[in-house]
Amino acid sequence: MKGLLNWLFGAKRRSRTISFMIVIVSYIVLSLMIASGSLSRLMISLLVPVCAYIVAALGLNLNVGISGELNLGQAGFMSIGAFTAVILSGIFSANGMNPVLILLICIIAGAVMASVIGWLISVPVLKLQGDYLAIVTLAFGQIIMSLVNNLYVGFDANGLHFAFVTNTLELAEGGKMLISGPMGATGVSTASTFTAGFILVLCALFVVYNLIDSRSGRAIMAARDNRIAAESVGISVSRTKTLAFVISSCLAGAAGALYALNYSSFVATKFEFNDSILLLVYVVLGGLSNMSGTIISTALLVILPEMLRFLQFYRMLIYAVVLIVIMLVSNNEWLKVKAEQLKKKLTGKRKGVQQS
Amino acid sequence: MAFLSYLISGLGLGSVYAIIALGYSMVYGIAKMLNFAHGDIIMAGAFASFFAMTAAGMPLIAAAAIAMVLCTLLGVTIERLAYKPLRNASSLSVLITAIGVSYFLQNAAQLMFGSDTKIYPTVLNGSFSLFGGQLSVSYLSIVTILTCVVIMGALTLFINKTKTGKAMRACSEDKGAAVLMGINVNRIISITFAIGSGLAAVAAVLLCAAYPSVYPTLGSMPGIRAFTAAVFGGIGSIPGAFLGGLMLGVIETFAKAYISTQLSDAIVFAVLIIVLLIRPTGLLGKKVSVKV
Repeated sequence: MKGLLNWLFGAKRRSRTISFMIVIVSYIVLSLMIASGSLSRLMISLLVPVCAYIVAALGLNLNVGISGELNLGQAGFMSIGAFTAVILSGIFSANGMNPVLILLICIIAGAVMASVIGWLISVPVLKLQGDYLAIVTLAFGQIIMSLVNNLYVGFDANGLHFAFVTNTLELAEGGKMLISGPMGATGVSTASTFTAGFILVLCALFVVYNLIDSRSGRAIMAARDNRIAAESVGISVSRTKTLAFVISSCLAGAAGALYALNYSSFVATKFEFNDSILLLVYVVLGGLSNMSGTIISTALLVILPEMLRFLQFYRMLIYAVVLIVIMLVSNNEWLKVKAEQLKKKLTGKRKGVQQS
Repeated sequence: MAFLSYLISGLGLGSVYAIIALGYSMVYGIAKMLNFAHGDIIMAGAFASFFAMTAAGMPLIAAAAIAMVLCTLLGVTIERLAYKPLRNASSLSVLITAIGVSYFLQNAAQLMFGSDTKIYPTVLNGSFSLFGGQLSVSYLSIVTILTCVVIMGALTLFINKTKTGKAMRACSEDKGAAVLMGINVNRIISITFAIGSGLAAVAAVLLCAAYPSVYPTLGSMPGIRAFTAAVFGGIGSIPGAFLGGLMLGVIETFAKAYISTQLSDAIVFAVLIIVLLIRPTGLLGKKVSVKV
């Protein structure tokens, strides 16, 4: 028993164990609350989006925190995953397939599609550095949104039909529009459940932590901390950064698929620049490279605007003020020194207890 | 002839982008931060000039002057309250704070003025014909382009000839060394924000004269475009922002006219990516090599 605890909470695995515990405990608590009916309908409707945003934010944290490259286009990769899922679910649900199977296929396909496009994009993107890299990810996010916003996809007995910019599709009898340009995806058969979201979050955590603790993960962090030193010990910086970028977009794609199959209709502008920025806010507020922090801050910040709904028009104003104040307080020199002292005191005590 | 008329309207739009991009680029060059709230200063300028003209019945020039004063004050206040305490924080924290300020301004405007679109009064219409009526050029385009050129010239003179300008260049080169030379860096940063915000007000009036609708999220799209323009030309470089803005405006207008209106966004950003691949620090950006 003691050996197990030491293994779980040792220096190497502590953060991993804590992240998994947070997710599992909140899943159990929330499931009990749903079963006992003490959760409002609004909260229940937020559970799947929260899971989706957590997965996308974990991916973004890998990119921004672990790999150290600012990415302003994460929502674009969610969009790719989401619309891939819409097309596939349209095909499969017409064949009357089991929704759980559809969801599984859609999430995998969304993740693969986003990874492939992420890989293609990473080739030009990772040649650049700093803010230039950030603006290119922003640009790709905008391009993806703009292309999806002009995409028309229909499905009928003869198979899939695509059109671009203008809707020229003539579907056969019984055919269905899956994506209709600026109107977005319509008539999606919903398949996402809270349990599916929970499992996806666990998978994302598993992927992220295993990457961080692997040889590649250490190479990624070395390249972040000092590019030149990393290159001089034989790390291929562009390869490690590509790896982080592709896994980040893969998670975003899976998150997008989960998100998409939660709604019967949504528009392409659901994944615009502001949503990329929101994901970045979750990551930075949770703490760079801190996965538990990302999970908590994402859950809180998705729910906060809904909780503030009683304030009506003032809610986004208060949200903005909260954002600024958190940034000012967390960067305050005086508070930082005090927090450091407090931490020393606490950890000093705990070490003493362990030794005795 | 159609080509020429598109070129002129593109240059007009590009001039507005260039004026906004100048503010972005100057702030980036000196404070090393991406000021995402810059677009919302434009919105503030648009509302200020709108109410000065409709409620107070002022002429255009007076309204523009009032908008400039208000935006300058707003910019300096934001810098003092939100950005100055974060001078030594990581650039991401500053970025998030700027996003917070942007949300704050948008929602404050929505609370104060409502979210409905207001119609900006017509300030300058009419056009003149060239080549025996084949080419018609609106006065507004000409005024916008001239304003942009004048601002660009004045700013270049200011940066290169005055003592404050010299201090600004010193700050953007090396803040630590600038402090040792007796330059008050905080004052220089405030001045930079003041100039950037004042320019945003000018851009607001020109923008609203061309697209006469005023609403709380008015600034986001021109903000992103101008940010793109600043990077396009090489962020931190003043001639770069000018060139980047003009080119972006022309490319956008041509893409709308010759290819597709819906896809103009995608085309503009695709061109940006291609330019950055060929010149990784923008058209006129300096390549900084790192010493080991």
